[in-house]
Amino acid sequence: MLKDVSFGQYYPVRSFVHSLDPRLKILFLIGYIVAIFLAQELLALGICAAVLLFAILLARIPLGKVLRAVKGVLFLVLFTAAVNIFFHGGDKVYWDGPALLWEWKIFRVTQAGIMLSVFLVLRLFLLVIGSSLLTYTTTPVSLTDGIESLLTPLKWVRFPVHELALIMSIALRFIPILMDETERIMNAQKARGASLDSGGPAKRVKAIVPVLIPLLLSAFRRADELGDAMDARCYSGGKNRTKYKKLRFSWRDLLAFALLAALIAGIVVMYIFPVFPL
Amino acid sequence: MRIVAEHLSYTYNAGTPFAAKALDDVSLTIEEGEFFGVIGQTGSGKSTFVQHLNGLLRTPSSLKRGKKKDGTVLTVGGFDLTDRKTDFRALRRQVGMVFQYPENQLFAETVFSDVAFGYKNFAEKKPEAGEVERAVRDAISVVGLDYERVKDMSPFELSGGQKRRAAIAGVIVTKPEILVLDEPAAGLDPLGKREVMALLHKLKESWCKTVVIVSHDMDEVAENCTRVAVFSEGKVQYVLPPAELFRRTEELLRLGLDIPLTAKLVRALGQRGVTVDCDFTAEDLVRKLLALGGDQC
Repeated sequence: MLKDVSFGQYYPVRSFVHSLDPRLKILFLIGYIVAIFLAQELLALGICAAVLLFAILLARIPLGKVLRAVKGVLFLVLFTAAVNIFFHGGDKVYWDGPALLWEWKIFRVTQAGIMLSVFLVLRLFLLVIGSSLLTYTTTPVSLTDGIESLLTPLKWVRFPVHELALIMSIALRFIPILMDETERIMNAQKARGASLDSGGPAKRVKAIVPVLIPLLLSAFRRADELGDAMDARCYSGGKNRTKYKKLRFSWRDLLAFALLAALIAGIVVMYIFPVFPL
Repeated sequence: MRIVAEHLSYTYNAGTPFAAKALDDVSLTIEEGEFFGVIGQTGSGKSTFVQHLNGLLRTPSSLKRGKKKDGTVLTVGGFDLTDRKTDFRALRRQVGMVFQYPENQLFAETVFSDVAFGYKNFAEKKPEAGEVERAVRDAISVVGLDYERVKDMSPFELSGGQKRRAAIAGVIVTKPEILVLDEPAAGLDPLGKREVMALLHKLKESWCKTVVIVSHDMDEVAENCTRVAVFSEGKVQYVLPPAELFRRTEELLRLGLDIPLTAKLVRALGQRGVTVDCDFTAEDLVRKLLALGGDQC
């Protein structure tokens, strides 16, 4: 059912990674993505993968769960890889043997093409898994808190940072509610004989109308009610508001930061002085 | 149609950290012709139980091919709900399900087409226009709405109580044998509540043989039900007629449940040394109190 969707859902266990400051985790992810794209050789990418694996183990999240995050982009990644294998060409040699391995009409499989595809797949997988690790280990609320805090400098140019964060947290807050609502409405229509999971595409699109309209109506109703409730409590935006949970850096964050710094430094050094250049 | 459940268990999100056991070895029989009540606190499993009755939630053996049956029994009339080959569509035609706040499921442009939705869905072959019209007219009339006036109105123009009636009409339009309602009177004013209950009694006499309601409202249950099942933490604690159930005042209060106003009155009188033996409907209580006479009070 809908509840089984594992798209970046928070995974509630206690761990070192869970307890890190969300700001640091966001910065870590950005730094990590930079590192992945700076990595120009398999060894460097391998180091990135090792760091990610280490983080997953620290976060105490089952590997299967993390790998499931890849499922959504699997087709895209494999398709891109296939295109690269068959069309890339190039005549660099990476291992003993001919540069051109196989040829048929316009299709050319070369060593360079294979290497490029392997690289591409690894990079994209690391990217997706790394990002999902952030949402697995950080609650939506602390994620928005972190983003708000990181965007604070933009306040100087009158960018409505607080409002943006509020919109984000409301949107995130309502995802599970709307999921529940969708399921309830789907059940109600199924009980009236709607067949929501059978039939051809045209039939399915038509079948979605009895779910979509009540869902939209209820979303608008909820938005109205929430607006009224906020108004009734005299809510007026970010000025002079205090926070229930203050973000504070701790020794754990320092440790994680040291790891990130070491990773980026290592990757940059390898970028300038490649060990096994491609 | 008789409903039989034995050793029925259900866990939401099984195998994840969000796993939550909602039903734990529930055994329960609902006879044809009953006005059956299901009560319990929020999260006691009562809604989970009734969603099994028309196959919206299923036992593992009815979902996976080759999965062994595990001693769970769940039958509704001739339908075996633990069997994967059961025709769940035919079942849903026989077991109408009215969810909480059913007015939230209205979607069509007119009341007519909204009520006709279920009828057309369940029809074996495309029904003739006259047939549909007859069925919809009957359903709208039986719930107490003026067919000629409302049929071309948008369901969103109706008042709250009318919307609920229209939504109920959309479920009973196929004349199900069993009608299951989750909190049918929730959010209505006292008059609206009484009207909905009167409607259910009327439906039970004419259209649906068995009515099952899930409720928080103990007065509602005491006044209307033939038997009541009390759910607590996924288990069935009692299945009794209200006249016997509400004698166990202390046990119900310990389960965190409310008791009907009549039972509260009987209890308060009992603490002052006046014993009243009634079936906990308001009418019976008043009659017994009058019979007691003035001398004891």
